[in-house]
Amino acid sequence: MVAITINGERRDVAAEPDKPLLWVLREDLALVGTKFGCGVAACGACTVHVDGQAMRSCSVLLEQVAGREVVTIEGLGGERLHAVQMAWIELQVPQCGYCQPGFMMATAALLKEKPKPTDAEIDAALTNICRCGTYQSIRKAVHRAAALTEARR
Amino acid sequence: MKFMRRKLIIGGTLSTGALVVGWWFAHERDRLGGRDTFKARDGEVALNGWVKVSRSGTIIVAAPRAEMGQGIHTALAALVAEEMDAKWEDVRVEDAADLGIYRNVEMLLEDARAQDPGLMRDIALWAGSRVAGILGVSATGGSTATRDAWEPMRLAGASARELLLRAAARKAGVKQADLMIVDSRVSTRDGKQVATFGELVDAVGKLQPLDGVPVKKPADFKLIGKELPRLDVAAKVTGTATFGVDVRLPDMLYAAIANSPVFGGKPKGFTIPTGGLPKGVVKVVELPTAIAVVGDSWWKAQRYLNEQLKIQWDDGPNAKLDSATLMRDYEAQSRAVGDAAKTRSFQTAPVAQRPMERGIEATYRAPYLAHATMEPMNCTALFVDGRLRLWMPNQSPSLMRYVAAKTAEIDQAQVTIHTTYLGGGFGRRAEPDLVRQAVAIAKAVPGKPVQVMWSREEDMRHDFYRPMAVARMQARASKEAAWEWRCRLVGQSATGQFIDRVLRLGEQGDPDGNSVERPPYGFPSYRLEAVVPKGPVPVGFWRSVGHSHTAFFDECFLDEVALAMNKDPLALRRELLKDQPRHLAVLDAAAKAAGWGTPLASGIGRGIALRQSFGSIVAQVAEVAIEGGAIRVKRVVCAVDCGRVVNPAIVRAQMESGIVYGLSAALYGEITIKNGAVEQGNFPDYDVVRLADMPVIETVIVGSPDSPMGGVGEPGTPPIAPAVGNAIFALTGKRLRSLPFKLA
Ligand code: FES
Ligand code: FES
Repeated sequence: MVAITINGERRDVAAEPDKPLLWVLREDLALVGTKFGCGVAACGACTVHVDGQAMRSCSVLLEQVAGREVVTIEGLGGERLHAVQMAWIELQVPQCGYCQPGFMMATAALLKEKPKPTDAEIDAALTNICRCGTYQSIRKAVHRAAALTEARR
Repeated sequence: MKFMRRKLIIGGTLSTGALVVGWWFAHERDRLGGRDTFKARDGEVALNGWVKVSRSGTIIVAAPRAEMGQGIHTALAALVAEEMDAKWEDVRVEDAADLGIYRNVEMLLEDARAQDPGLMRDIALWAGSRVAGILGVSATGGSTATRDAWEPMRLAGASARELLLRAAARKAGVKQADLMIVDSRVSTRDGKQVATFGELVDAVGKLQPLDGVPVKKPADFKLIGKELPRLDVAAKVTGTATFGVDVRLPDMLYAAIANSPVFGGKPKGFTIPTGGLPKGVVKVVELPTAIAVVGDSWWKAQRYLNEQLKIQWDDGPNAKLDSATLMRDYEAQSRAVGDAAKTRSFQTAPVAQRPMERGIEATYRAPYLAHATMEPMNCTALFVDGRLRLWMPNQSPSLMRYVAAKTAEIDQAQVTIHTTYLGGGFGRRAEPDLVRQAVAIAKAVPGKPVQVMWSREEDMRHDFYRPMAVARMQARASKEAAWEWRCRLVGQSATGQFIDRVLRLGEQGDPDGNSVERPPYGFPSYRLEAVVPKGPVPVGFWRSVGHSHTAFFDECFLDEVALAMNKDPLALRRELLKDQPRHLAVLDAAAKAAGWGTPLASGIGRGIALRQSFGSIVAQVAEVAIEGGAIRVKRVVCAVDCGRVVNPAIVRAQMESGIVYGLSAALYGEITIKNGAVEQGNFPDYDVVRLADMPVIETVIVGSPDSPMGGVGEPGTPPIAPAVGNAIFALTGKRLRSLPFKLA
């Protein structure tokens, strides 16, 4: 048993300690919003927050997050939508949508660190892959999310 | 000559999809459907085969096409909602059953089989081309979907509206002509509220569905042509959209797969290490060309496959296959003269030698490409009591059902397909290979659902690749005029192989699907040849199919012709398009928006390219820089004429998407084969465009509402590689004739 906090809730997980967090989420906790794209930390589809930091969950083992706080796309917004999700809707970002949870999680983490990122900072921080090519909308949506976050403060 | 022409027509059919759809219409009788076609749940009433209304006022539209990001659910629903005068916020879609009115592939396969054997080849070709048109075109991004739905779905909406009006008139005891509908509310013309759609559910249920109701005039459109918000976005930003890999069923098992690394190989056997299967691994299943490990966790199954299970492979006849050797062979075939047995050609009368003429010649190359959809290939199957249920992201439920039934040796009526959201399609998900595996595995664990998923490595090494191709381009011109264009292309036929592999109708060695076609330019003389080698490398429909490489060959070579004639690339294109007003308008729109001819910042080069595909014309201007030894595309201006536009936001999104997909291929994409196996396995060695590579894209929609509707899912892809190649030449003076572009 490994104890972790998932989306604010403490869970005891009966999976192998060396099971990657991605598969714990998808197979043991039925949280399938976090996606598998490559398994080698190359695409970002599996991005979640661990203690507020963006991490590629395919390459983080369950034992490494013992006692830590994990947030997935399902828990990003809480009661209402997160500013990132609002911006994503406003700019109609998703096409197939498969990569988007990873992008939104990475963006939310970026904005915590850099509330007003430049294009160059966005490009450097978001190295995720979108095969549908929604990058231009993503760039705009990141700026929009930054503005919405500021307005909410 | 007659024979040749027909081939070309079929080729054209496949590459544009337009005729395929035309044909389909000719055979359609009634696509309105009845009440029972679209199953109503509690509190809902079906108005015909395409639309239901619920008591709460929701308008539910049948969506027979796969949503893989191209926005097709939104576009199709808008057609019905428009005619109903429905409130857009109340509209949603529901997966349509696999029935005739929504289009039916196996009906057509059976047509082909039922024919006199003497006609078999011809019919098979037709059937094959129609299937390919449907799968390869409609499937790859909605390039035909909206065109196909334009009439039947608007008719369905008009018929539903009429029925609702009739019910409202009875209810209010007024003449129907005195009623109107705005935003799902029926009122009298003088503004008295009569009923909402939801309030009419019971009354309308008693009326007979209506056929032959006239549709609106375009001038009266309120939703069509507007940037309506997409219907799938909310689910996709909250992580609640269900893709194939997200299907979760009680007691579900997972299967990981090792396909024979060498194309055409098969397992000889496997050895389970002493101690037997570990906890959580249930079974090892031998398939015709693969080994499957079934477990209670995909991760455990995949780990067992990677680290424990010993598989012995029989590599078969292709153990020495090498794409570099194959490329040299293609190059030799591209230089061969005369018609080999597999050459198909089209030629107009040659033009005599002219004074001061020059011959221009060059050889171009394009590699195999993987689709690399973001969601790896998968299929979930449950086999119980002789019945089969499949959940999968797929581009043709009819074909999947047909293949599933054949594999399971049961009747098609015993098979149900649930189409989930697709995490990308691009043509890959028209292939039924996963169905065959999933059905075989499900039969080995009857009564338990099993989710088969490939690792990214399997996905990349067992794709149906964009065919590798070599083209020898030739032209004759003087300083004043260009008069001959020649192309001799060598490459496998995606369509031909698909017909053989999927429909088992024998490989069709025709240029179909390679899109060796006559460019729109007014050269007085043409000679087009296609050499179509057969080969063991699986090839398939890759977004925009043959145009993805032939546009590169044609449009870069045209710039070489312009250079030889000492003409500006835009000016030569304009001259050669003087009898093609639509093409010319698109070209001019792109050039104008890009500021063609205006000075650029130093270190930037500009290139232009144009391609007609899938019924739409697209021109792009790329601005390119070299930074740190790497090609950087800074800006792309894209002009598109796709006829009438249903949703401009979706058109723009599809252009951007197509450009990024093509740019990934132009800058990085290359699948190579050594010792019979694909060398690349994951994104680190098959890189794609990311945010840091992303140019600014500006899309201009050139309106031509009276032209036939064209597709938008694919036409954005073909022009980007040549536009970038031409910009690299403008900047560096280096003509790069192979994809992906490499500076050194
Ligand atoms: S699945 Fe984790 S980065 Fe790709
Ligand atoms: S939206 Fe399809 S991969 Fe990003």
